[in-house]
Amino acid sequence: MNDIIVENLNLWYDKFHALENVSMKINDKKITAIIGPSGCGKSTLLRVFNRMNDLIETVRMEGKIIIDDENILSPETDLVALRKKVGMVFQRPNPFPLSVYKNITFGLEIHGINSEDSFDNIVENSLKSVLLWDDLKDKLKKSALELSLEQQQRLCIARLVAVKPEILLMDEPCSALDPVSTARIEELMIELKKNYSIVIVTHNMQQAARVSDFTAFMYLGELIEYNDTNNIFTRPEKKQTEDYLTGRYG
Amino acid sequence: MNKIGKVKEFFIEKLIVICGSLSIIFVILIFIFLAREGLTFFKYESIKDFIFGRNWYPLSNPARFGVLPLILGSVMVTLGAMAISIPLGVACAFYIAEIVNPKMKDILKTGIELLAAIPSVVIGFVGMVTLVPMVKKIFHLPTGLTALSGSIMLAFMAMPTIVSIAEDAITAVPKRYKEAALALGATHWQAIYKVILVAAAPGIFAAIMLGIGRVIGETMAVMMITGNAAVIPHTLLEPVRTLTATIAAEMGEAIRGSNHYYALYAVGIILFIITFVINFIADIFLHRIKK
Ligand SMILES: Nc1ncnc2c1ncn2[C@@H]1O[C@H](COP(=O)(O)OP(=O)(O)O)[C@@H](O)[C@H]1O
Ligand SMILES: [Mg+2]
Repeated sequence: MNDIIVENLNLWYDKFHALENVSMKINDKKITAIIGPSGCGKSTLLRVFNRMNDLIETVRMEGKIIIDDENILSPETDLVALRKKVGMVFQRPNPFPLSVYKNITFGLEIHGINSEDSFDNIVENSLKSVLLWDDLKDKLKKSALELSLEQQQRLCIARLVAVKPEILLMDEPCSALDPVSTARIEELMIELKKNYSIVIVTHNMQQAARVSDFTAFMYLGELIEYNDTNNIFTRPEKKQTEDYLTGRYG
Repeated sequence: MNKIGKVKEFFIEKLIVICGSLSIIFVILIFIFLAREGLTFFKYESIKDFIFGRNWYPLSNPARFGVLPLILGSVMVTLGAMAISIPLGVACAFYIAEIVNPKMKDILKTGIELLAAIPSVVIGFVGMVTLVPMVKKIFHLPTGLTALSGSIMLAFMAMPTIVSIAEDAITAVPKRYKEAALALGATHWQAIYKVILVAAAPGIFAAIMLGIGRVIGETMAVMMITGNAAVIPHTLLEPVRTLTATIAAEMGEAIRGSNHYYALYAVGIILFIITFVINFIADIFLHRIKK
């Protein structure tokens, strides 16, 4: 079970209290959307789940986050293993300046994965899982930077899929894409949900409504409301949620 | 006011154009002069004997102008300097760009710039009184004035160029590549050598070429510590004579218009070609980065 259980999470950037007492349970094999106005701590929360915040020196955290019965905030957490299990897709597609093929084998190499599958097979399967194989099967040697933005973002997902993660974190994965590409990436997410738990940050409410099973609304570092996406969008319990959804701020 | 401004602008513009063209003209004139004096030499001697001749006896009778030992001397000292300065320089650049904290980074960068500002005579002098006796003692040599000593001192001179330009190239690698690597579970070290090094490679290569360019044209320090024996060297532990040191040492005594005089210009042409090619390659790579 790859639930993520968040208990009383607090996070400070130096003196700034960016996450206040967040508790929630993110469900396995579902898409959970985190919405809220800009600067409310969505990315910060997402980046806690694979400890990317550790790169920022001023960060201090309290509370617990439990994945597979382990508190990943404990100092003994093996970050390499955690990040293999919990992969991240960024706002701006960031494939490595390497070939398509190498982008996918990168993760295999760093984790020393030598399964029975050859690298060629893994590359093929990973690209198939993001529906890129037909487009790129003859261009595996091409630099990833020459692909379209949508293809780059798909490649970034394929690169994660190759190392067999359990949870995918996506921080506004479509904000650099046009509407058509966005729709196709959304389809892909629904496809990927069969095998992975997905947490997606978006400031696009329609997107959250379209793809997610659960929605969390955040405001100024606090988790205001967290529920079934249907409930949130049709019968929000909190006034702030309703105000946000009806466009009164953000 | 407006009119005066326009006139002023006109003159300033012209002045800049003149300065710019003058610098180009001077370079061309120097080149023409070098070519004319150097090529005169080949009226009297064959190019083949010059380049492949194994003996440089400009003052014997008949004089011999075989430049091969000098080329090999330059190449050997330069290769030695590269072997030392490239790994150290690139490692140092990564250290400054990726590992050290911001405060220390400033200190180190300033230090590197200061290192670049040390005149080569001073480097030669320091090498002569410290390094040369040390090399002599460690390797039990009759003299410490060897290619090795020259290489080490030249490595010092190439390092600032290599470090600062390579550091720029590394810092210019977009942060999101590193972020992507770390998010996939790479260690900092894996992110450095699998992603950042690859992304910064053209810039690092250009840095190395510019470093070498500085080394191969260097005169003073090598003249002071390489021993200046114009014989074909077999190991780094022998005295050598470089192209640059030959010109510097002999130009004063060569009689104007003599074969010896023209031969030194011909040596200059060789040096010019080598540095031109190196800078040209570095340029290609620097341009590739900008794109
Ligand atoms: N590295 C950082 N240092 C200090 N403050 C930060 C840092 N990153 C984010 N913040 C602050 O934390 C708050 C939440 O940021 P973020 O999680 O990026 O918001 P969101 O993704 O919801 O737009 C913002 O007020 C932002 O200014
Ligand atoms: Mg954000």
